[in-house]
Amino acid sequence: MNDSATAAHLSAKDFTSDQEIRWCPGCGDYAIVKSVRKALAEIGTPTENVVFVSGIGCAARFPYYMATYGFHTIHGRAPAIATGVKLANPELDVWVVGGDGDMLSIGGNHTLHVLRRNVDLNILLFNNEIYGLTKGQYSPTSREGTLSPSTPMGSLDHPVMATSLALGAGARFVARSVDTDQKHMPKVLTRAHDHKGASFVEIFQNCIVYNDGAFSAFGEKKTAPDTQLHVEHGQPLIFGASGNKGIRVNRDILALEVVTVGENGITLDDVLVHDETNRTLAGWLARMEAPEFPVAIGVLYCDPTESYEAAVMRQIEEAKEKKPAKGLNSLLQSGHTWTVE
Amino acid sequence: MKSRPLRDFESARHFFRLSMESCVSSDGNAAVKLAEVEREEIDAVVVRFAGDSGDGIQLTGGRFAETTAIAGQDLETFPDFPAEIRAPIGTTYGVSAFQINFGSGAILTSGDAPDVLVALNPAALIVNIEEIKPGGLIIVDSGSFSAKNLQKAGYKANPLEDGSLEKYRIFPIDISRLTLEAVSGAEVSKRDGLRCKNMWTLGLISWMYDRGLTRTTDWLDGKFGKSIPNVAKANIAALKAGHAFGETAEMPDGVRGFTIQPAEFEPGVYCTVTGTEATSWGLVTGAQLAGLKITMCSYPITPASGVLHVLARLKSYDVTTFQAEDEIAAVCAAIGASYAGALGVTSSSGPGIALKTEAIGLAIATELPLIIVNTQRAGPSTGMPTKTEQSDLYLSVYGRNADAPLVVLAAHSSADSFDVAIEAVRLATKYMTPVVILSDTYIANAAEPWRVPDADHFEPFKVEFRTHSTGFQPFMRDSETLARPWVKPGTRGLEHRIGGLERAYGSGNVSYDGENHQRMTDVRFRKIERIADDIPLQAMESGADSGQLVVLGWGSTYGPISSAVGHLRADGKTVSHIHLRYINPMPKNLGELLARFDKVLVPEMNMGQLTTMVRDRFMIEAQGLHKVTGKPFRISEIEDGIRASLEK
Repeated sequence: MNDSATAAHLSAKDFTSDQEIRWCPGCGDYAIVKSVRKALAEIGTPTENVVFVSGIGCAARFPYYMATYGFHTIHGRAPAIATGVKLANPELDVWVVGGDGDMLSIGGNHTLHVLRRNVDLNILLFNNEIYGLTKGQYSPTSREGTLSPSTPMGSLDHPVMATSLALGAGARFVARSVDTDQKHMPKVLTRAHDHKGASFVEIFQNCIVYNDGAFSAFGEKKTAPDTQLHVEHGQPLIFGASGNKGIRVNRDILALEVVTVGENGITLDDVLVHDETNRTLAGWLARMEAPEFPVAIGVLYCDPTESYEAAVMRQIEEAKEKKPAKGLNSLLQSGHTWTVE
Repeated sequence: MKSRPLRDFESARHFFRLSMESCVSSDGNAAVKLAEVEREEIDAVVVRFAGDSGDGIQLTGGRFAETTAIAGQDLETFPDFPAEIRAPIGTTYGVSAFQINFGSGAILTSGDAPDVLVALNPAALIVNIEEIKPGGLIIVDSGSFSAKNLQKAGYKANPLEDGSLEKYRIFPIDISRLTLEAVSGAEVSKRDGLRCKNMWTLGLISWMYDRGLTRTTDWLDGKFGKSIPNVAKANIAALKAGHAFGETAEMPDGVRGFTIQPAEFEPGVYCTVTGTEATSWGLVTGAQLAGLKITMCSYPITPASGVLHVLARLKSYDVTTFQAEDEIAAVCAAIGASYAGALGVTSSSGPGIALKTEAIGLAIATELPLIIVNTQRAGPSTGMPTKTEQSDLYLSVYGRNADAPLVVLAAHSSADSFDVAIEAVRLATKYMTPVVILSDTYIANAAEPWRVPDADHFEPFKVEFRTHSTGFQPFMRDSETLARPWVKPGTRGLEHRIGGLERAYGSGNVSYDGENHQRMTDVRFRKIERIADDIPLQAMESGADSGQLVVLGWGSTYGPISSAVGHLRADGKTVSHIHLRYINPMPKNLGELLARFDKVLVPEMNMGQLTTMVRDRFMIEAQGLHKVTGKPFRISEIEDGIRASLEK
């Protein structure tokens, strides 16, 4: 699909539709749509070969703002609809956009299955830990005790961790980014696109109206160096404003811990090196939570295998080779027939 | 008075063994006829096979139906099985049955009361006996009438001995034992040997109705010959033994070989089809006529899974099948496929269709073609999964949030499902709309002969995707059909967005304007209404087009209504029959046609859904005739209904 001749001419503007954006001023979604357009221009797939599919929610308005093909569907079902799109035309570049309520609550089942099947979709989960469009109820990623119109005394249920869920479902590409990080996000999106199979990207997105500051523990630009760990395949898991903090395995308790290189005899050799094909490590990284740990950002896991729709097409080709269709009459007479003279 | 077991089969067994010894040919296999037995010629007969759900009853019936078709007789079958896969052996709820009505005349139903019952255990006898014609022949496996099995079935005394079956002709045979003897050379376990009981029975019934065995032996060889040759050998031995038993054993009074003349069929190539097969083949044919690939997305549910199974084997016909994680995902994936330019198809039964309703609304709103096959079963909720009903008419026509019209078609028989499926594809693609195909458990499973049409004579209705961008708007409309253009993503210059939020007339941009919503709602209705101009006028199925009484039917009641109306007309009654294929929109002349009759009687396997629909649409006084026992109407029940209506 990548058409390099066209790629050279594409800009973020080419991916911008004529529709006025209707998100709240200051919403993290503005930053995300900007990053996505930028990434798409860099990726260079012609606009007509790109499809955005979304469910319901603030995030799900996304397709209207892209000058590509787009389908704003029903609550939670975007992964299923996108699967159908991909089965009918595997050549299309299909992006699925949804929020935490859409993809982890009402559509949680489809998220699970689209990931385990490994359908070649780029799935962007805008996680703002709240229901925005229905005016502020707590969501499946809201932390315990979240005060909301439906939980005036605080929410009682335990939140789901999106990337852990994705890994548990068998996703082969799991990444994270933050809405405010305009430099980082396009790179992650490009990686997601390049990965053949289901790519799951959780984007921490601030809801300025109903959950402002939900990610302030690690999402602020000023404190980011100390609170975020940007993982890079083959690179040591180092973070911190001074670049001297690292993650290592504490073998006594079989868990990760934060260490400072140069203190207590710790050297760079003690720090784990990121291997994005290591599912166990990805699981650990996914579960690192602030403030005890930095929050892992970047490609936590990437270990490609044949994508679902490619396998489906392979079977169809095999069937055509082994038992070529010989026309409708042959089909209709494929049972036990007899002739009446 | 004592019931009359026609024979004690201990002695018959000896006789049989002796006969076999004397008639086994040198290769030790083929039994040779001892003497030509005179056969009685009959016009038609209804036979029901019944046994445990693990007894292979459905297979037996299916094989017998095939040889019946090959013999040139007309037939209808009625497989009737429990929802449990293998219920505890010997229990009444584990009884599986297969009924076949066949004959030399036109056969339109699977028959009212069976003339012959084959019961492989006491439970099968107790469950089915009430429905057998008085004087009917009951062949039982006396070997299975142990105290334990009798108790499991709920018999206090052995019915073969206590005289309770006196109004029938009982023919006890120790089929279990005879089967085990027959398979003794095949090196199978006792358990596997006993499982050949169904083949022994099939052999006997094949003899009774003058069937050759080659077709079945070939089939057994093909199925088991390579993988488990001893099982193939055992089954074939049992089949042949049952047949030889018929030829050689001394039969009791009234049990003899019969012949049935072939029915008169128009010349052509025939096969037997179930509704499941015909629907699947119709969809493939429709898609090819439209120039589309099929993406069929479904979730397993009884009794609808068959369509998924059939289509999964037709990959080389440009069919992609997808077993989704749930009913909702299935319909959504089908919608996604249609959006991407394939023919999206989903199938289910009532509970699954209920889950799909929101997504069907999306397909209506975004005006995408979509085929929804609903193989109806008894409900509400889980209901009776393997039993037939027609109670999803409201669900199909009205069952969505808001004003959401779509096309509803109903197949009236297994073979008719083929034509209905093609028509569904034509309308869905021409009018950019979801189309519901209503089938039911009976149609899905029942087999009947079908004259295979010549596909070269079908008229194509090739879809033209919009490719030029000049003047393009996603919700612009064809002035005749009111359909919006279908654009495949990947088409340069036509990038656009659609969705479930109300769309502005023409541009399709999100619009909350009230006037626009009125206009879009109106046009969605008009589009479906206009389809009435593109479908045939309603024809009479039989009888005059005006008069005292018309029987209005839809779906699988076709057989019993046709037969009942035929009988009563032959009897001099003034009664006509109209059978609906187009439920929504209805044919333009239907209201006027119905109004020409003094009375309209609507037999339905529900509590009156079409009845209220035609009352509503045409302000006529339709009377309902309802049955929801999980079994099709008997002809006699419809006859009684018609008579009562005429007398009222």
